[in-house]
Amino acid sequence: MIESLINDDRAELVQAAKKAAPVVLSTRIRLARNLVGAPFPERADLFQRRDVLTRCTDQISALPQMDKGTFLDISDLTELEKQVLVERHLISRELCDGEEGAGVYINKGQTCSVMINEEDHLRIQFLKTGFNLKSVWKLIDAFDSELEKTVDMAFSPDFGYLTACPTNLGTGLRASVMMHLPGLVIAGQMERVIRAVNQLGITVRGLFGEGSDASGHIFQISNQQTLGESEAEILERLANVLKTIIDHELNARCKYLEEHRAKMLDQIGRASGILRNTHVISSDEALNLLSYIRLAVDFGMLPESSRANVDRLVIECQPGHVQYAAHQGIEPDARDIARANKLREEFANLPALAFDKLEESE
Amino acid sequence: MADNLKCSICNKEATVHLTQIVNNKIHKVDLCESCAQQKGVKGPEGFSLADMLSKTPLALTPGEAQDVCPNCGQGTADFRRTGRLGCSECFEVFKSLVLPVLEDMHAGTTHKGKVPTVALRRQSSKIQLKNLQDALARAVAEEAYEEAAKFRDQIKVIKEAEKLEVSPK
Repeated sequence: MIESLINDDRAELVQAAKKAAPVVLSTRIRLARNLVGAPFPERADLFQRRDVLTRCTDQISALPQMDKGTFLDISDLTELEKQVLVERHLISRELCDGEEGAGVYINKGQTCSVMINEEDHLRIQFLKTGFNLKSVWKLIDAFDSELEKTVDMAFSPDFGYLTACPTNLGTGLRASVMMHLPGLVIAGQMERVIRAVNQLGITVRGLFGEGSDASGHIFQISNQQTLGESEAEILERLANVLKTIIDHELNARCKYLEEHRAKMLDQIGRASGILRNTHVISSDEALNLLSYIRLAVDFGMLPESSRANVDRLVIECQPGHVQYAAHQGIEPDARDIARANKLREEFANLPALAFDKLEESE
Repeated sequence: MADNLKCSICNKEATVHLTQIVNNKIHKVDLCESCAQQKGVKGPEGFSLADMLSKTPLALTPGEAQDVCPNCGQGTADFRRTGRLGCSECFEVFKSLVLPVLEDMHAGTTHKGKVPTVALRRQSSKIQLKNLQDALARAVAEEAYEEAAKFRDQIKVIKEAEKLEVSPK
């Protein structure tokens, strides 16, 4: 069902050609939208859900942005296929676990996905690699305006876009930026950062959102509030917080390198050694080691071009992706072997760590 | 006084006392050990009090009037239990319940962002069209043909405008 999606090497999050940025892996924005009058998905019966699904897919398929896009009905997907799409951040756990009559539209480059009948009738999402709040907003704003030409969106002058949960009222906008923060984690400052940004109405979560842990030193940082500020204000406030976090992260890296140079280099060297030679590896361990390789790229010890490869491997080392690539349901033990095989192959093509480059970059 | 505090979720003795400032507003909550654990207060990911409060269902106050949304059938108790609305019409019905929730949750209580101008214009022109068509039918029935012609022209104008909006440039 999803084979063409998974094997498409131009997909935004897993393509090796795109330039990836230090610290920020990707930027996502989603908009929550609902149709006037129709009961929200949780309240609707199967007939009503199917009606909304058909109405929305008809309108979405007509949009120029969805040219050559793919529609997937959730009830047609296997558990493994759902997991793969969740790992790619194209659909949510909630959509998978929900009732029948839900689906997702995914565009050709996998930069845009529209979930239908998740918590709201429509959850529009755009994502791009790197730190791109403004350009992602432009894309999603244009898409939303185009959709509004044919779909009657539920809106009130006071509350803005109406959503099932009051936490999303107003703009319905949630921007999430995926950040790689090994410096802050190693320095033990992450908890303080989280507490500080929480007070500014900004949320910090692990790689896979609510309840997931922060393996690979990767954090999802997003705005909590959606009402009372315009989209531009929300994005600017978030961008300012993110820029501060980036500064703190880079400082923490420098400081750690100054004080524990040998230890840092040792950790990077060991990570590379294990990834080149591993025969059994869990996804958690893989993620944590890949984090050090990404750091090595940021330090100039590996070519810039390998950063995108590391980001791709972060996704391809996830349990669903490993199983999917094996073309069969395999047990966790076999999965750890398959993952190790893949990493060894990939790392055989990576140049050796240029420890001397670190001197130059200072 | 301090040792009498009860957990705001399960009413057991509270041992965790939290104060957080969000948007210059002080939020305070008292929790027992197990609820604190469950809500992730001590988790590595950090914790947002406003987030937790917004997800904690509020019990229906005894004697509170029960409203029901005429469009989707959601009642006051449903909103209290789930914290969610049932459809776009619910916002009128439960406005007085939603508003206080928003104050703690968001940066403000009024929308300042994008407005779906095209969709709103279309919705209002739909209503206008319906009214004009009713008026036209009435005029025809009353054999007021001059009036009818006027309504027919107005309907034409609205329909032409709609066509322009939908057709691609």
